[in-house]
Amino acid sequence: MTDSKYFTTTKKGEIFELKAELNSDKKEKKKEAVKKVIASMTVGKDVSALFPDVVNCMQTDNLELKKLVYLYLMNYAKSQPDMAIMAVNTFVKDCEDPNPLIRALAVRTMGCIRVDKITEYLCEPLRKCLKDEDPYVRKTAAVCVAKLHDINAQLVEDQGFLDTLKDLISDSNPMVVANAVAALSEIAESHPNSNLLDLNPQTINKLLTALNECTEWGQIFILDCLANYSPKDDREAQSICERVTPRLSHANSAVVLSAVKVLMKFMEMLSKDLDYYGTLLKKLAPPLVTLLSAEPELQYVALRNINLIVQKRPEILKHEMKVFFVKYNDPIYVKLEKLDIMIRLASQANIAQVLAELKEYATEVDVDFVRKAVRAIGRCAIKVEQSAERCVSTLLDLIQTKVNYVVQEAIIVIKDIFRKYPNKYESVIATLCENLDSLDEPEARAAMIWIVGEYAERIDNADELLESFLEGFHDESTQVQLQLLTAIVKLFLKKPTETQELVQQVLSLATQDSDNPDLRDRGYIYWRLLSTDPVAAKEVVLAEKPLISEETDLIEPTLLDELICHIGTLASVYHKPPSAFVEGSRGVQHKRLPPRSGSNESTESPDVAPSATAQPSEQQPAVIPSQGDLLGDLLNLDLGPPVNVPPIPSSTVQMGAMDLLGGGLDSLMGDETEGLGGDLSGSPAIGAGYGTPAVMPTSLNAPIGGGLSELFDLGGMGMPSGSFVAPKTIWLPAAKAKGLEISGTFSRRMGHIYMDISLMNKAMQVMTDFAIQFNRNSFGMAPAAPLQVNAPLAPNQTIEASLPLNTVGPVMKMDPLTNLQVAVKNNIDVFYFSCLYPINMLFVEDGKMDRQIFLATWKDIPNENEVQFQIKDCHLNADAVTNKLQSNNIFTVAKRNVEGQDMLYQSLKLTNGIWILAELRIQPGNPNYTLSLKCRAPEVSQHVFQAYEVILKN
Amino acid sequence: MIGGLFIYNHKGEVLISRVYRDDIGNRRNAVDAFRVNVIHARQQVRSPVTNIARTSFFHVKRSNIWLAAVTKQNVNAAMVFEFLYKMCDVMTSYFGKISEENIKNNFVLIYELLDEILDFGYPQNSETGALKTFITQQGIKSQTKEEQSQITSQVTGQIGWRREGIKYRRNELFLDVLESVNLLMSPQGQVLSAHVSGRVVMKSYLSGMPECKFGMNDKIVIEKQGKGTTDESAKSGKQSIAIDDCTFHQCVRLSKFESERSISFIPPDGEYELMRYRTTKDIILPFRVIPLVREVGRTKLEVKVVIKSNFKPSLLAQKIEVRIPTPLNTSGVQVICMKGKAKYKASENAIVWKIKRMAGMKESQISAEIELLPTNDKKKWARPPISMNFEVPFAPSGLKVRYLKVFEPKLNYSDHDVIKWVRYIGRSGIYETRC
Repeated sequence: MTDSKYFTTTKKGEIFELKAELNSDKKEKKKEAVKKVIASMTVGKDVSALFPDVVNCMQTDNLELKKLVYLYLMNYAKSQPDMAIMAVNTFVKDCEDPNPLIRALAVRTMGCIRVDKITEYLCEPLRKCLKDEDPYVRKTAAVCVAKLHDINAQLVEDQGFLDTLKDLISDSNPMVVANAVAALSEIAESHPNSNLLDLNPQTINKLLTALNECTEWGQIFILDCLANYSPKDDREAQSICERVTPRLSHANSAVVLSAVKVLMKFMEMLSKDLDYYGTLLKKLAPPLVTLLSAEPELQYVALRNINLIVQKRPEILKHEMKVFFVKYNDPIYVKLEKLDIMIRLASQANIAQVLAELKEYATEVDVDFVRKAVRAIGRCAIKVEQSAERCVSTLLDLIQTKVNYVVQEAIIVIKDIFRKYPNKYESVIATLCENLDSLDEPEARAAMIWIVGEYAERIDNADELLESFLEGFHDESTQVQLQLLTAIVKLFLKKPTETQELVQQVLSLATQDSDNPDLRDRGYIYWRLLSTDPVAAKEVVLAEKPLISEETDLIEPTLLDELICHIGTLASVYHKPPSAFVEGSRGVQHKRLPPRSGSNESTESPDVAPSATAQPSEQQPAVIPSQGDLLGDLLNLDLGPPVNVPPIPSSTVQMGAMDLLGGGLDSLMGDETEGLGGDLSGSPAIGAGYGTPAVMPTSLNAPIGGGLSELFDLGGMGMPSGSFVAPKTIWLPAAKAKGLEISGTFSRRMGHIYMDISLMNKAMQVMTDFAIQFNRNSFGMAPAAPLQVNAPLAPNQTIEASLPLNTVGPVMKMDPLTNLQVAVKNNIDVFYFSCLYPINMLFVEDGKMDRQIFLATWKDIPNENEVQFQIKDCHLNADAVTNKLQSNNIFTVAKRNVEGQDMLYQSLKLTNGIWILAELRIQPGNPNYTLSLKCRAPEVSQHVFQAYEVILKN
Repeated sequence: MIGGLFIYNHKGEVLISRVYRDDIGNRRNAVDAFRVNVIHARQQVRSPVTNIARTSFFHVKRSNIWLAAVTKQNVNAAMVFEFLYKMCDVMTSYFGKISEENIKNNFVLIYELLDEILDFGYPQNSETGALKTFITQQGIKSQTKEEQSQITSQVTGQIGWRREGIKYRRNELFLDVLESVNLLMSPQGQVLSAHVSGRVVMKSYLSGMPECKFGMNDKIVIEKQGKGTTDESAKSGKQSIAIDDCTFHQCVRLSKFESERSISFIPPDGEYELMRYRTTKDIILPFRVIPLVREVGRTKLEVKVVIKSNFKPSLLAQKIEVRIPTPLNTSGVQVICMKGKAKYKASENAIVWKIKRMAGMKESQISAEIELLPTNDKKKWARPPISMNFEVPFAPSGLKVRYLKVFEPKLNYSDHDVIKWVRYIGRSGIYETRC
């Protein structure tokens, strides 16, 4: 066979020649020609011009030729829908063929042709094939239903195919069952609320029976489907577990991982006192270890999953440390993952071994790996107190090697060790200072500066050291600048006499010469503090820092639980919920672990919307010190790229330091959201950075909490709320805009509305000349400045832009009210899309009404304008509610307590001067609030209610 | 599910591209994205899963051929890789080595296979035994109705790996116990980690649909049986081994193994892997490596390595190779060895010492002087571990095959008529001693 010759035909006039050959009388020649066509298609040549000629070859009894023609059809039918109809007859005929292989081939191919007219003809043959006597045809037809559903969901429902598919779950042939399960699971995913896959004990029993008999792939489909089932009690859970455990011995790693998923999930329901619970735990370890002898790619998938499992149930693998030791020729991705798991498993019992290994790794070649190993030593010190001393001395040894990146990494972790064990290892500071000059990475420089500032009283020449950094202040990264500012203020408070000049210098650098708002904000705070009340300044700046917690890199618990439900899948590899990387409706549904039965823990009702269940700000304390002090935590705010906040006019300074800080933080949170997703487990510093600073007024807790919950609810489709920046949603998909993808969100910062958008170029050419325009809209929203996209946008690149908006544009009432139609122009074309802005963008800062006026206005507005709403499942007290709302410019005018209920009277004002008055009734112990809104323009009430809901639930 | 599957050559030219799902969008874009971001990426690949513009690419490499699966959904990642490996197996069994040449020569066949084993991105039966009955590249010659339904029932059936009506004049089976023993030892001779990963590979040439039962000296089984006669259990207990974990070919009835720990199955025809297992206790380490490295000044290293064989004197180890890494700035090496041949290979930065055969309970030694060029490189030499390769005619885990019984009630041959061959081979896996 020398089919490779087909790849080399590049002559001119080729298409013409092929056409002649395709129409040749000789069968062999015809077949050769079709092969050439397919080869051209593969290498990316356009051979669609040959469509009629190729389709003519379809009528043949040569199966090989038929398959080739079908392959061609699947590729080009969409571009030639009218001609594709020519093929229908042959398909319909083939579906009646006596040979089951041909029947199946026809129905399989027909489902892949995405032409509306063809799908109409597909229904009848498909119906027959679903009931075919041959299992091979039935299993193919089952998948075909999923294909058809992808093209035309309505058609599938109307034609009753879903019921036929459900019937196939009871088919006698295991492979038919497996494919039917796969198809149903996929269809069910795009209808999250339908009861399509209504799993009941009978169907589960059928699936478990088929599980023993079908192919390895079928077993995966069935196990993945089983994982979505919620057993009614612990006994059912146990009996399913018992029947799933034999799969742990399957040679196919995917079968094993899917079985692990089912077991990990159902185990939640088993009581820990049960004997079976212990047995199950023991059974899980060996197969997980065996996965590590698979090929490296699978090892990687397994390790990413083990990382989750170790966090969820550390007891399973606690004795298996050795298998995670790195082998010299493991691929780097396996090495890095193993290292991560080693640290998680490190305990007092095995720390000696772990440290010996880590020290070994720190001498390897790969820079990333070495860095991670050094960092791991530091994490061991923090995790296992008994080992701290050994870790520190190991780190000092490594610093002596003078390998640049090793030294830098070591200094970063030593900073954390200082914070964990204060007043213990400060003797090493001298050694660290020797290496000051070799530090060229921001993180290391920042860490070193922190150390100098923190221990300024023990370092004789601290002022000189810090002064030396100050020379190149403007060239430093934000992280270093912030750190330097704080360090010098600390130094000043400790040695005020010698360093007055230095502190003046840094404050003026930070506030006057910098255009970074965060740096300026922090500079102003210090300046005010120092100038108004030096004693207070000392208390604030030099306050005792809380100890950093042991594991700052844990995945947030609700996310972890969700990921456990996704074991084996991409989500578990990325450590992100599917909604973060899957487009459209699929996977947006959040999966949750079943509640443990027999325990007293409050089990949330299942109908709570996913976004409302996550309350990370409350569950955080285990990971983040919730009462951290301002400095310690601000220090750790790790600013990656420069934050996208447009320069703030200097007048805003008068608004007071507090507001400035609030605004700065909010925008920070928002901008960090995206980058964090991928790095949730990465840097320990990030976690600590979000603690709630104690010195801030409590009212600021609300936006921070909001930022957090959004953070962990990446890509959640919820309506973006108040002053925090919701994650961006895609407004304009690339497919509709010649490769330009626009996603964005709205935010309100410092009394200005911004539209934060990212422009992503998914096309192959560079994009330039961006401009933006809005259509008339309900509140006169319009760009306050032209869209600033300075650099041309290269392929695969993303640019973030923040567009300031005003509300003085032309007004036209839209439906829905908050609809905004936008036109974006670039060098390629003009594109149009529309998006909704959250109404709370329009709540102005001076929306607080005087008490008397409130009373008068309330009476004045006719009663028919009053609308009542229920806010469900909100667990805040009246004060928290007040604070949360206030930070979103909803002001509480008065508060009354009537018969144990709290009544809050609130006012807010829209940019166009419309006042909305509200009465919020909160009964202690009742999670449902009653909200009455009165307004002269009642059409806004619904939107205001939504804003309330979003603000309160985030 | 899998949205598409591409095969590239080392230059990033696409050899095969099959798209299963509409959601991956333009085929050209997806094909190019992987080429640009992975194959042509400047940095070494940091992960076998890459996300480019919300599209995920899974890849494996076979010699210089890249296989990539593409998806936009939250697919079962383990399944995708298992599928890619399976795909390689299927191709290898059809046309041998996976190379650009072979792929181009068989592209029609590959498309046909891809159409069969992946439907709408869902893997279907991919057992080569079954596939070869109807994907032949000769066109299906007019089959009888029975033949057709036999094919379809095999492809979808419970026993998808074996067809009916197989006949052999001589019923024969070959059983290979192949083990690879892995070791990581500290310079002081402390075992840091050691395990054996073993495979039982079978070649069966049996008529009909035989029911087989395989038995080995598994500690759990032996202890269970030995409960009656305590004498015997004490005796056999010594020879039994503790298996940490094992996995089986899909022909083995897993539920039966779970409940009775018996391994029963209907074997595929020809060669296949019956089981894999792993042990970590009481491993016989066939060789011990004792390294001694001394730095003499800044430009000289003295290395002495002793190897000791640790098994019955009557057995012979083969293909012994010891690899002693040398620093990058090595300028010259002098080697003296007692047995075999040793050579400094500059391109591999190692001294390679080869010994053809070595009996048990023997000892041999190599010493070398390594001259170094003076460098101002601050970074220390990482001292990679000394690694070893060998092959021994026994199972380092101690595994023994106790029986393999064959029953075929429908045909007239019994267990005694089957000719059975058993062989044990122990090879080195990653067998390293740090120095």
